[in-house]
Amino acid sequence: MSPPARLDDHTPVVLLIAGPALIGLLVFVLVPFLFALLTAFTNLRLGSPLPLEFVGLKQFTRILSDPTFVRAMGNNFLFALIIVPLQTALALGLALLLNQGLRGTVIYRTLFFMPVVFPMSLVAVVWILIYAPGPNGMMNSLLDLLSFGQWQPRDFLRDPALALPAIMLLSIWQGTGFQMVILLAGLQAIPQELHEAAALDGAGHWQRFLHVTLPQLRNPLTFVMLITTILAFRLFDQVQIMTRGGPDNATTTVMYEMVETVFTRQQVARASAMTVIFFLLVLGVTWLQRHLVRETREVE
Amino acid sequence: MRLQRSRVGIILSYALLTTLALLFFIPVMMMLAGSLKPDERVLMEAGSLAGFIPGEVSLQNYTDVFNRTEFLGFLFNSLFITGTIVIFGLLVNALAAYAFARLRWRGRDLFFNLVLAVMILPLEAIAVPLFYGVSLLGLRDTYLAQILPFIANAFSIYLFYAFFIGLPRELEEAARLDGASTLRTFFSIIVPNSKPVFASVAILNFLMWWGAYLWPLMVTIGPEVRPLPVAIAAFYTLPPLQWGDILAFSVMMVAPVLLLFILFQRWFVRGVAATGIKG
Repeated sequence: MSPPARLDDHTPVVLLIAGPALIGLLVFVLVPFLFALLTAFTNLRLGSPLPLEFVGLKQFTRILSDPTFVRAMGNNFLFALIIVPLQTALALGLALLLNQGLRGTVIYRTLFFMPVVFPMSLVAVVWILIYAPGPNGMMNSLLDLLSFGQWQPRDFLRDPALALPAIMLLSIWQGTGFQMVILLAGLQAIPQELHEAAALDGAGHWQRFLHVTLPQLRNPLTFVMLITTILAFRLFDQVQIMTRGGPDNATTTVMYEMVETVFTRQQVARASAMTVIFFLLVLGVTWLQRHLVRETREVE
Repeated sequence: MRLQRSRVGIILSYALLTTLALLFFIPVMMMLAGSLKPDERVLMEAGSLAGFIPGEVSLQNYTDVFNRTEFLGFLFNSLFITGTIVIFGLLVNALAAYAFARLRWRGRDLFFNLVLAVMILPLEAIAVPLFYGVSLLGLRDTYLAQILPFIANAFSIYLFYAFFIGLPRELEEAARLDGASTLRTFFSIIVPNSKPVFASVAILNFLMWWGAYLWPLMVTIGPEVRPLPVAIAAFYTLPPLQWGDILAFSVMMVAPVLLLFILFQRWFVRGVAATGIKG
């Protein structure tokens, strides 16, 4: 932070102008989070006759030995593992295609970005129709067409092997435009001279992509992968609406289990411990990204 | 000098872009066409080309939505909740960012670190304790519970701060010498020179809260203060399942935002691109 221009003390006026936001962050973000952090180590449960006790890591060991929760975490990781490379690659591909200065670029950009303004719950409901079972379902007919009639109609959302991939697909549809726009801005920030210099040195398209574009795009790419990973850990809306975590826990997630714990079991401490686990996952991903970005800055 | 591009490359690019654009557009076309069809044909024709052509146009599904749900009430709830969060959020977070970027006060660095720390906490990490707090205070099923906790926003403060710190100091010096107060300087000098960041923050927060599902699902009980994202999921589970009605609901739900998006596309794109500076 740069030093202020004047030496006079603005503390009284700051109470007025920064006060509301800072009080808001303290009361509605920091305090609740600290509350979750504390209760995660207790046995707090609404309506429970047992006295409130400090139970150490018991909630955590219990959760982490619950096969459903382990499955939920596994699903989040699987979701991230598949969606992050796939969605980033697609967003990068679209951004590269749109960055060539072709006529009509704005129209294409509009189309690819449009799903971003669709609320996820709406997307989830509409895609239930797309995944309708039977030969008349849209996805079934599309796959039938693409496989020249080899495809046997499936009930995507009730099929343990297909439910999570089905949710991945619509998540990619809704989210790619967001990443594309960030990467497009990154591409436009690369000085044209770098490409020209490389071309003069005899570098072809592919070599310029590898040695100019990718290194220059490293920070926006890491950022895009970070937000996609965090999005994967936040996965909830689609699951709650389309599958309720099923079939056989094939699509349950950390967030879904957390909300279930709040509403069906009233177990405050258990839900708080899940919150803490979720937070640690997000913190880990963020730390990894900051680490990667800092490294490039040192190299530059 | 512009780099040479081969004709084949250009044709290939267009072919790829067009194919992908069609794939991206399929769900939207289906929504629109299906909303105009008699209900029984929606599911039957979803798998054929007829799925994208309404055929005989009928507005029956739209009238059904108004008869079967409180659509206008949900629309009002969404507009009111999102609008209030965005407008108060702009004011409160921009002022705080100004205090961090330009004013000298005790505890500034400490609070700035607090803002940075809180920025990595998504709503999901506080939903549980916030929910119990709201329940304890008897504030479930209110507008207040859906608005007040989300006005102060660390990421908004950060975006404003990053913009204000880059403004030339000379802008304010003249006003200061004329004896203008801090607040007056902010409103008459800073705000008019910061339109892009106000637009970015407004659009990002609008997209986030217009589509929010988890929190309103947790705190609302009845339909009175229910916003659209929860309402459409509830409508899907309301028997009898009529896809035509659901698609009509979807079209009406997304139309106003789509219109805003098409009118202010440049700002939407800039707003989203602005999040990238965080990296």
